[in-house]
Amino acid sequence: MALTAHHKMQMYGALLLLPAAVLLAAFAYLPTITTVINSLFLPGFRGAPPEFVGLENYRFLFDDAKFWKVARNNLIYALGTIPTSIALALGMALFVNGKLPGRGLVRMAYFTPTILPMIAAANIWMFFYAPQIGLFNKLLGALGFSGVNWLGDPSVALGSVIVMSVWKEAGFFMIFYLAALQGIPPELKEASDLEGTSRWSFFWRVTFPLLMPTTLFVLINALINAVRVVDHLFILTKGGPNNATNLLLYYVYENAFSFFDRTTAATITVVILLVLAVVATLKFTILDRRTHYQ
Amino acid sequence: MSSTTTHSSFRNSTSRSRRLSIPSLETVAAWLLAVIWIFPLLYAFWAAFHPSEFMVRFELFAPLTLDNFVNAWSQAPFGRYYLNTFALVTGVVLAQFVVCTLAAFAFARFPIPGKNLLFMLVLIQLFVFPEVLIVENYRIASELGLINTITGIGLPYVASAFGIFLLRQTFKTIPRELEDAARIEGCSWLEILWKVYVPLAKPTYLAYGLVSISHHWNNFLWPLVVTNSVSSRPLTVGLGVFSAPETGVNWATVSAATLLSIAPLLIAFLLFQRQFVQSFLRAGIR
Repeated sequence: MALTAHHKMQMYGALLLLPAAVLLAAFAYLPTITTVINSLFLPGFRGAPPEFVGLENYRFLFDDAKFWKVARNNLIYALGTIPTSIALALGMALFVNGKLPGRGLVRMAYFTPTILPMIAAANIWMFFYAPQIGLFNKLLGALGFSGVNWLGDPSVALGSVIVMSVWKEAGFFMIFYLAALQGIPPELKEASDLEGTSRWSFFWRVTFPLLMPTTLFVLINALINAVRVVDHLFILTKGGPNNATNLLLYYVYENAFSFFDRTTAATITVVILLVLAVVATLKFTILDRRTHYQ
Repeated sequence: MSSTTTHSSFRNSTSRSRRLSIPSLETVAAWLLAVIWIFPLLYAFWAAFHPSEFMVRFELFAPLTLDNFVNAWSQAPFGRYYLNTFALVTGVVLAQFVVCTLAAFAFARFPIPGKNLLFMLVLIQLFVFPEVLIVENYRIASELGLINTITGIGLPYVASAFGIFLLRQTFKTIPRELEDAARIEGCSWLEILWKVYVPLAKPTYLAYGLVSISHHWNNFLWPLVVTNSVSSRPLTVGLGVFSAPETGVNWATVSAATLLSIAPLLIAFLLFQRQFVQSFLRAGIR
């Protein structure tokens, strides 16, 4: 009797899982598997069956200078956005956590870019970066400097894209630091004040180490965003000039929907999936050991 | 004073040492950063509400105008885009609530064999999202006949690992005694879910709902790929098509269009700031 009740519960639980399982299979697991498979085949022409080529597509990809350029861009993009936005987010949180006049307004100013769509943010920054009528060059001109081709000069464009991403992202990370700061017991500060510890060393010896789990959490999110968010490229640069701002996911899009080269797109996607797997491992090993689940 | 300081000194403890100088260097820095941070948005407002010759001429009494909004509205079907985004966001959030609730309930309370492994499998989706798999998801969406439909935009996001995770966490904290009491009264499993678990998880639904609404209001890449006409394009894609630099649309009009597409979410955020920020926090600390 007890056994059948248990079985019934199992059946019921499985039924409850079914809708999610079907959808996850259709839009996460299956596409992942077929992407990997596609990266091992060359499509057959005129109805011929696809030809298995092993790792040939990868060799081809790794011989392609353009791929390395895009991968390098993405690395620079990550190195440019992540530490900057984390440092800024921490600074913002420290500002807003203190007794600042107009604290609510300041906090709102920091956070607002977060809720804008990337496309809208890119539109707004386009007004700054545009070569002739853009605000930055108008201001430079007014000060007697010659303008910079913010998005058209290959040596500057990626930097311009990075600046915009930092602006968009920092406020989001701020709220996590703010929450963490408010969880630090005030007694620590009081004790250190009694001992005459400077604010600087209090920050580095007490606050910063206590914020470590938050920093790791924010880092994981920032890493994911550096791979996942390429919306702004569609407005700002389209990956140009000459691929100077092209990022991996945008390159996948280009290959699949502009060059109609699904095989290369699948191969690059596998590379992205591997990067994400590393990030996921990082999260599940380092971060989860330190976080408490209530 | 002393009874209230416990809380306020908790938040303001860092400020104690800089009461001397007014305004302190730190205050100036904080405000300067705030002005820099909000400036792009203020500039968009300036550009949208003035004739285009004032784009880079800042005169206090420059004439205000709504022409840019009228132009934007008449040059692109923003009404339709609004409708599409609205349908998309409502549909996705409702479907996510249903699917994620059922799955989270199963994970929290049912003895499913290999449950931990299954849950780990679900969590993979936190990293492998629909936009990374655009190529294959596009193929699957087209096989299901979902290209250029609002369902096609939303469906890949319905079984959200994130939602399942959040709701499972919440469900697990609900005492079994409440469930037992309901069962004694003869409630079925679904009634228990509906009458005991769902009402007690309201704050989680609110948090997850707000995060999900913001995400799907702003989402771009997958909707861009899966739509190809006005009939299903959401605001972000519509705006992207409208304001692509090569279309040569007047900039004042572009900024008006940009404000049009962010207005509802921006206003909602300004009105319910606390709820938004708390939702992001709640959803983020996982």
